[in-house]
Amino acid sequence: MSVKLSTRDEQLLNGQHGKAARMAMRILVRMAEVQGADEMMDVSQAHIDGCGLLSDTGLEFAETLAVKGGKVSIPTTLNMGPLDLQNWRQFGVGEDFAAKAIRQAKAYTDMGCIPTWTCAPYQSYLTPRFGQQIAWGESNAICYANSVLGARTNRYADFIDICAAITGRVPKCGLHLEENRKGQILLRLVDIDPAIMQSNAFYAVLGHLIGTVSGDKIPVIEGLPVNVSSDQLKALCAAAASSGALALFHAIGVTPEANTLEEAFKGDKPEKSIDIHLSDLQKFRADLSTAAEGDKLDLVVLGCPHFSFDEFRNLAKLIRAETEKGKTLRPDVRFIVISCHTSYALFRRSEFFNVLIDFGVEVTLDTCIFHTPMVSSATKVIMTNSGKCAYYAPGELGVQVAFGTMAECVDSAVRGYVCRKEAWV
Amino acid sequence: MTGRTLPGKPIVAGSAAGRALVSREPLSFWGGISPRTGEIIDRRHERSGANVAGRIFVFPQGKGSSTSSATLMESIKTGVAPAAIINLKVDPILALGSIVSDELYHKAVPIVVLAEKDFYSIREDDSLTIEPDGTVKINT
Repeated sequence: MSVKLSTRDEQLLNGQHGKAARMAMRILVRMAEVQGADEMMDVSQAHIDGCGLLSDTGLEFAETLAVKGGKVSIPTTLNMGPLDLQNWRQFGVGEDFAAKAIRQAKAYTDMGCIPTWTCAPYQSYLTPRFGQQIAWGESNAICYANSVLGARTNRYADFIDICAAITGRVPKCGLHLEENRKGQILLRLVDIDPAIMQSNAFYAVLGHLIGTVSGDKIPVIEGLPVNVSSDQLKALCAAAASSGALALFHAIGVTPEANTLEEAFKGDKPEKSIDIHLSDLQKFRADLSTAAEGDKLDLVVLGCPHFSFDEFRNLAKLIRAETEKGKTLRPDVRFIVISCHTSYALFRRSEFFNVLIDFGVEVTLDTCIFHTPMVSSATKVIMTNSGKCAYYAPGELGVQVAFGTMAECVDSAVRGYVCRKEAWV
Repeated sequence: MTGRTLPGKPIVAGSAAGRALVSREPLSFWGGISPRTGEIIDRRHERSGANVAGRIFVFPQGKGSSTSSATLMESIKTGVAPAAIINLKVDPILALGSIVSDELYHKAVPIVVLAEKDFYSIREDDSLTIEPDGTVKINT
């Protein structure tokens, strides 16, 4: 089978747009053949995930494209990278690692990528619009862009993302096509108290459940409240794209391709319906923790995906409530918030900036605890409100993890041990 | 030398020869294979502890993280990648790792997809030859 190419595609392959574009196009066309696409198509925005992990081959790939004169041809944002570019020294990152990470970052910015360095690009800058064809990497961002924004992207893995950004072309297949976006299975929330659905933890747990039960099907959720927030949907997407490979879900009355059940399934019947009860959520919530109640706590991590301004504000409220009671952060507990420069700029100007800093919160930007060596080997137990962080931390960092709400994280940090009190646990 | 010939579909075309390492379970290369040693490090996997380096790795399909392409590429560079991969289902993530390595280092891991009955006819330690058109020969 051969892929039908446009005149410009041919020019890209012939090297008329430079050596980097030629290499990028060769990779894309070979992938189009692997994926069984008949032709290539335009995308008008890209988000790069390949800049996140530091490996010798990843660095060499990026520098090769940059040296060959590679330039992105469409607006391209960057996912978090392997380093807090300004403050890495205060997080104990080694010189050698930092030097390589800085080289990798430079290769991507030299190619014209916008230095957003965030895994929540949809809350930061250049938010894609409904129906826009884009090439995005980063599992949570892919899920959010497809599901919540109604933009269209496949799951772009490390390295093909920058190829799409340089050429502005991708294989025409998968979720770029209308016919592949219809719902396949129905997930009904039954007997769940609306008050529980106000809790952000509910969305991380629901995401963990949905990612696990959906397999390679597109799920349609019935029963989510219409006032669900961006941060809550972010938590859902991140967890669902960790426990599973979820790239698209619909939620009736909430997401843009699912105003009604009929619209979500495009008139077809669901292949399967699953009722989700409170007991299921309790089970999946328990599954996110490996640490036990009362375990001594070493580290609280919030901001996976990157903390928004709203989340900074919510955290400030919780911390203020503790400090007004005379409570302080236990000296042997570290409290790290991960965010990006755009949210931080707003936070920096807020009247609650010092509430967090005085409490002892350390804010790291541009990166994440999985990709930069900032968690010391002495760290045994961490606590987080993120389903994604809770899912990966035991394997990636070799720590025990306790999943809890933001309030439970603050409370535990004051006590120095894991303590959760939310009613529905 | 006699043997059987299985018609395969070349996902990443190339020639290879080696002994089969057979698994019936999907595997994520990221978190599943050490790019330094070639050992299968997913401790829940049925072939945990086996080494893929230089073998023709026969397993149904990849799964999980999209960083698997980087892991395959890293293992090709360090010289501990499988000699070839035979799957039951096309895995774009693994194909990408091999294709990018081909473009960058001119070193690819051939990947072939076989029909179900042919896939399941390969036994552990079979001596296999893979041809660029996707043909798999089981040598006896």
